[in-house]
Amino acid sequence: MLAHFDFDVIARTWQVLLFQGLVFTLQVTALSMLGGIVFGTLLAMMRLSSNMALSRLAAGYVNAMRSLPLVLVIFWFYFLMPYIGAWVTGASQPIRVGAFASALITFILFEACFYCEIMRAGIQSIPRGQANAGYALGFTYWQVMAQIVLPQAFRNMLPVLLTQTIVLFQDVSLVYIISLPDFVTLASKIAQRDGRLVEMYVFVALVYFVVCLTLSQVVKRLQTRLAVATH
Amino acid sequence: MKYNWNWGIFWELSPDATGTYLATLFQGLRWTIATGLSAWLMALVLGSLIGTLRTVRNPTVVRLGDAYVELFRNMPILVQMFLWFFVVPELLPTGLGTWVKQLPNSSFWTAVFALGFFTSARVAEQVKAGIRAQPRGQTMAATALGMTTAQTYRHVLLPMAFRLILPPLTSEFMNVMKNSAVALTIGLMELTARARAMQEFSFQVFEAFTAATLLYLALNLAIVLFMRRLERFVAVPGFTAARDAVAAAH
Repeated sequence: MLAHFDFDVIARTWQVLLFQGLVFTLQVTALSMLGGIVFGTLLAMMRLSSNMALSRLAAGYVNAMRSLPLVLVIFWFYFLMPYIGAWVTGASQPIRVGAFASALITFILFEACFYCEIMRAGIQSIPRGQANAGYALGFTYWQVMAQIVLPQAFRNMLPVLLTQTIVLFQDVSLVYIISLPDFVTLASKIAQRDGRLVEMYVFVALVYFVVCLTLSQVVKRLQTRLAVATH
Repeated sequence: MKYNWNWGIFWELSPDATGTYLATLFQGLRWTIATGLSAWLMALVLGSLIGTLRTVRNPTVVRLGDAYVELFRNMPILVQMFLWFFVVPELLPTGLGTWVKQLPNSSFWTAVFALGFFTSARVAEQVKAGIRAQPRGQTMAATALGMTTAQTYRHVLLPMAFRLILPPLTSEFMNVMKNSAVALTIGLMELTARARAMQEFSFQVFEAFTAATLLYLALNLAIVLFMRRLERFVAVPGFTAARDAVAAAH
């Protein structure tokens, strides 16, 4: 059991695992978070729009995406992307899209649905009167959104947005199924090469646990501070 | 842009010689449902227990419950599956470990365990919230009537808590079905894995994924409709107003 635990394999590989694998995972997480929040906010604005067509379109997209497993969505985009690329560039053959770009687009489009629901709640938490006051002052819709509603919505929803980002950070591990060199994939390659599955997966689990627990404690603290500040 | 659509592919025989491609997809759906339902049962039982324990007055018990939730919430489900599949059998005594590894359908049992524990932490969080959402007067009234702590939970707090948290439980129910797709990494031939296999054998990637997508949507719809009926079935007359008041207070 623990007597056979080979710390040496971790000592030999932890730098590669953390500085390549985990950094890759963090990069995908950060970029998907940014893209996802921007696209998700746009989706939320569409859902709350008085234009029925826009609102239904956004709702349909969000609901469909949320009822599919992320694993299936990753596969969908992985195979679909070359065709979309060919369509966009007008090429006659499916073009090569790097696995990184494909994964990034997948996560942005998928996580945007979850960010959308959060931002929708955020926008609805701002009293209608504020938007109406903005219109009365002659603001356009985009000015009202950018200068009055969204800044407050973001602030109110910050803890929830960050919690969703921790979920996203965990979800990124699923790029394992298309063999992108993230933390889990690298660890599993080393595990199989050296026959050290137990050591590698325990190490991976520990790192994820420490990172996620730390982040969630930070979010919790932020939540209390925001709650105090608004009351 | 060239892609040769062939919707007739579903009626062709799949190379694993068990029937048509459509039949293998439905076989996959059965595994998805079996895995999801078993894990859901496990998550409901464990989650309710842990969630309840996190609201009792003994701080040690509460801390243990909190630790349980943090443990299963802070690791990706993929990593948890790997832990149960590759690591746990090695840590067991040799005889037991070998027995576990040689179990028929070992990837199914592993997936159920991993998903069950993973989801139970989320259920526990909801159950705790459901108990906490009730006014303190409920507990006080129960105590005044001479109920023991166990009776208070059994007859007063839990019946209402479960009704309160039915909507979030519905999404957890859907999540457990969706998350069962992760089990393809440990070799479970559930729906997504079957669609992927169909794509590899027949090269009809988009037909395969479209079929899987439609089956998942149907499964979700079934869950939503079932839970809605359940919600109506267990509704306490006149309680909706009270529930809205609780929701508004938060």
